[in-house]
Amino acid sequence: MRLVTAVIKPFKLDDVKAALEVLGIQGLTVSEVQGFGRQRGHTEVYRGAEYTVDLVPKVRIDVLVDDFDADKVVDAVVEAARTGKIGDGKVWVTAVETLVRVRTGERDADAV
Amino acid sequence: MSHLLLAADSVKLNTGNTAWVLTSAALVLLMTPGLAFFYGGMVRSKSVLNMLMLNFICIAVVGVIWAIYGFSLAFGSSHLGGFIGGSHELFGLGNPDVLSGFWSSAGVPIVVFAMFQLMFAIITPALISGAVADRTKFWGWTIFIAIWVTVVYLPVANWVFGTGWILNKLHAEDFAGGTAVHTNAGAAGLALAIVMGKRVGWRKDPMKPHNVPFVLLGASLLWFGWYGFNAGSEGAADNIAGLAFTTTTVATCAGVLGWLLVEQLRDGKPTTVGAASGAVAGLVAITPACAFVSPLGGIAIGLIAGALCAMAVGLKYRFGFDDSLDVVGVHLVGGVAGTVLIGFFGFDHGAATPGGLQRGLFYGGGIDLLEKQVVAAGSVMLYSFVLTFVIGTVLKRLGAFRVSEEAEVSGIDEAEHAETAYSFSTVLSGGLTGQAAGAAASTSPTTREKVDA
Repeated sequence: MRLVTAVIKPFKLDDVKAALEVLGIQGLTVSEVQGFGRQRGHTEVYRGAEYTVDLVPKVRIDVLVDDFDADKVVDAVVEAARTGKIGDGKVWVTAVETLVRVRTGERDADAV
Repeated sequence: MSHLLLAADSVKLNTGNTAWVLTSAALVLLMTPGLAFFYGGMVRSKSVLNMLMLNFICIAVVGVIWAIYGFSLAFGSSHLGGFIGGSHELFGLGNPDVLSGFWSSAGVPIVVFAMFQLMFAIITPALISGAVADRTKFWGWTIFIAIWVTVVYLPVANWVFGTGWILNKLHAEDFAGGTAVHTNAGAAGLALAIVMGKRVGWRKDPMKPHNVPFVLLGASLLWFGWYGFNAGSEGAADNIAGLAFTTTTVATCAGVLGWLLVEQLRDGKPTTVGAASGAVAGLVAITPACAFVSPLGGIAIGLIAGALCAMAVGLKYRFGFDDSLDVVGVHLVGGVAGTVLIGFFGFDHGAATPGGLQRGLFYGGGIDLLEKQVVAAGSVMLYSFVLTFVIGTVLKRLGAFRVSEEAEVSGIDEAEHAETAYSFSTVLSGGLTGQAAGAAASTSPTTREKVDA
C-alpha cells in the first residue's frame, strides 16, 4: 500500500476531492495545516505595527491506496490542484507497512 | 453644574432632566463592558478572559467604594484648599437629604447624580488596564484599582467635576472628563506600563489582535454609551445636551476619517482596528470640549485627534515601553489634545461654568483660556503619573502585580482564572462523546474531588 499526501491551496479541495471520487477512491483524510514554501507569507499591519505572517494556511489530504493506483492518484491530484501560480503545494508518496480496518480487522490490501 | 443643594426648597424635581440623567447613567455603565471587548479583541486568545475581567471587576469594586465614601470625597464640600471633598451627609448615600435634595437647579436628585458619576469612576480605572494587558494578576489589579480610585480618581474628580480647584478656582473647562477621565487614565497607563515592564517576547513575537470584530463591536458600544457620558454631563435634557450630542457625533466621525487617512498614507491600507481606534480617539478628544465648541470646531478636533493619535501609537516603540493597547497613544494624547484645543476652539454659545462663558484663541478670547487648559491637563497628568508610579511599584515589589513568566507564556487565562475562552476542539472539550471530560478528570484525582464537591 501507499500513502499519497498532498498539501494544496485550500480553495482547491473540492476540485481534488471530485477528481479522486471519479477515480473511485473510497476515503481520504483532510487536515488544515500551515506552512511555507517559495510562496512565503504576507504582512499585516495593526495600529501601524507590521507583523510578518510567514506561515500560509493550506489543506493537507492523505489517501491510502493500492500500490498500482498511486501514480493515477498523484496525477489526478496534481491536475486538479494546479493553478499555475506560486503556492500550489506538493504531492508525495510514502510506502505503508501495515494497514488494518478497525471495524472488521481486515488487513493490508483488503483494508484499503 | 453647580454646588450641592441639600434639601433645597427653591428647586423642584424635574422629571425630564432626571429621566435623562438616569438613562445616561445606564449608557455610561455600558461603556465599560464595551471597553472590555474593545481591549479583549486586541489581546491574544490566551489572555482575553483576563482582559475582560480586569475591566468587569472595576464595576464591582468601584460600585461599592462609591456608595460608601467615593461620592462624598469627590462631591462633598471642599477641603484642603480645593484638593478633596467630603461631607458626612453623603457617606453611605443613606442620608434622607441624598434622596430629597437636588444636585443643581436642574432638579435632578443627588442620588441620581451620584449614580451617573459612579459610572465615570468605574470606567476611568478600567481604561488603564489596556496598558498592562496579558501579564497582570487579577487580585493585584483589584487591590490596585481600589487604592487608585481612592487616592487618584476621587481627588481629581473633585478638582474637575466637584467642589475642587480646577473647576472653581482655575476656571479651566472640562465638560465631561478629558482631564479627570482620559488624561488621568492615560498618565496612569504610562506609569503602570513602565512599572510593569514589557511582556515576554515584546517586539519579537507577533502579538496580533485575536478578534478584530470584537474590537469594532466594543468601539461601537463605547460610541453608543458615550452619548450618556457627554450629553448626560449637562445634567439636564436641554439645548446644551443637544450641542454636546452633536459635537460628539461629528468629532467621532472625523476621528475615524483622520485615523484612516494617516493609515492610508503611511501603511497603504485602511484597517478595521484603525477605524475603531479613530472613533475612540475622536470620542476622547471631544469629551472635554463637547459643550464648549461649535459642531465645526468638533469636526476639527475629531480630525486632529484621529490623525494625532494614529501617529502617537508608535511612540511606545521609540521609547521602549510596552503600553500594550495604546492607552497613552489614544487616551493621554487624545485627552490632552481635546482639553488644550478648547483653548483654541472655545466659542461663546456653549455651556456656562463657574468661570462664565469663555472664548478660545480662534474666537477672540486670547490665550487666557488656553493657559488654564494647559495648567489643568498638566496638573492632572503629573499627579496621576506620580501617584500611580508609586502605588504600582509597591504592589510589584510585593509580588502581587505581575504573573510569572511561565504563566504569561502558557496563557494568563488558564493561570489566573482556570478558564479558556475558546473551546473549539470537540475532542478536548469532551463534546465528541460526553465522556472525555470525565476521563480527563479521572486521571487527576485532585481535580476529580473538586468536581464532585
